[in-house]
Amino acid sequence: MQQLINSLLHLADNNLILSQRNSEWCGHGPVLEQDIAITNISLDLLGQARNWYQYAATLINQSTSQPINPATEDSLAYLRTEREFKNCLLVELPKGDWGQTVLRQYLYSQFQHVLYEQLQHHGDAQLAAIAAKALKEITYHLRWSSEWVVRLGDGTDESHERMLQALEALWCYTGEMFMPAEYETNLGVDFNALQHNWNQKVAAVLAEATLPMPEKVFMHSGGKSGIHTEHMGFLLAEMQYLQRTYPGNEW
Amino acid sequence: MQQVNADTIWQILETVTDPEIPVLTIQDLGIVRAVDCAEDGSITITITPTYTGCPAMDMIAMNIRLALAAYKNVTVKSVLSPAWTTDWMTETGKAKLQQYGIAPPKGSAGHIPQDGVECPQCHSTYTKLLSEFGSTACKALYQCQDCKEPFDYFKCH
Repeated sequence: MQQLINSLLHLADNNLILSQRNSEWCGHGPVLEQDIAITNISLDLLGQARNWYQYAATLINQSTSQPINPATEDSLAYLRTEREFKNCLLVELPKGDWGQTVLRQYLYSQFQHVLYEQLQHHGDAQLAAIAAKALKEITYHLRWSSEWVVRLGDGTDESHERMLQALEALWCYTGEMFMPAEYETNLGVDFNALQHNWNQKVAAVLAEATLPMPEKVFMHSGGKSGIHTEHMGFLLAEMQYLQRTYPGNEW
Repeated sequence: MQQVNADTIWQILETVTDPEIPVLTIQDLGIVRAVDCAEDGSITITITPTYTGCPAMDMIAMNIRLALAAYKNVTVKSVLSPAWTTDWMTETGKAKLQQYGIAPPKGSAGHIPQDGVECPQCHSTYTKLLSEFGSTACKALYQCQDCKEPFDYFKCH
């Protein structure tokens, strides 16, 4: 049960943290339509995170006899510390320029797509239902972000150069998505197959974007087990500020 | 407590509309999946969310409770499976959308036409996609090339 709960928290945290990062574009997008697009994607990610947190909270409360403070989606999002967050490092990195934002979104959406395709057939009915529901939204995120990677990669000299820089900055954080954490060992996901599938799809989009598929590099990890980059604390400080300062406050 | 007639409840639910698109009832959208009236008088309404992040969903659940305030023991339950699809939108609902100025969904889930969506203002099909993400999660933005009006299109989902 604890393994399943941790897996759900990992799935939720990935989405919540990327949602928070992308929301930094609100009011700052390069053009109005794309400002709306990235914030819409943030909202979808947040909605998916809520589903995962709600399910995790139900299981946490079931496994604790008479909890004093029952877990809720809000307590899981706002009252856990950095070391308790299980998201991949990739999603917590600063948003960078627009090229880095769309590339990160693409790499993550492609990961979500291949992963959720498997999870929608999971033996746990609620887990499968959340994944199947999310997959419909991810289809839109994937198309939008891959189109942007191609547009900028195969664009001007400047945009091509920026995409090369983004690829260089982000690639060494992609490996972690496929390194199963201890709590994922019984999840029933074949991470090797997942990575193979992801690699093929990413290679095709990068080729269309006239960007090179990066060489094998050292892959950073730690996020899945709570060891985060220096950026994570700042993100949480901002995201959790209200509940930390005024506990229990509501809008 | 006496068992409540489910038909009565369905009729009351006809009055609950989407807060974002008030011309559509929650039935037009296919959000209400079941109404169960138990022998002890309790009522369970099963709804399914459209988009996971849609802020209207919490409000819809609240509006259902308000509409049924005269009844005791009302539970609004949300289920995710089978996942909501625009295929469940009624024909009446689609016609109402069109009249309201939002082009109704056409085609299969996840499909986004680049052009050819009928303009709800002048009915021209000489239109083009501006952005797959519009004013809310469920809409995309198009522009009519004849009357030049931008308009929302309810995405296939």
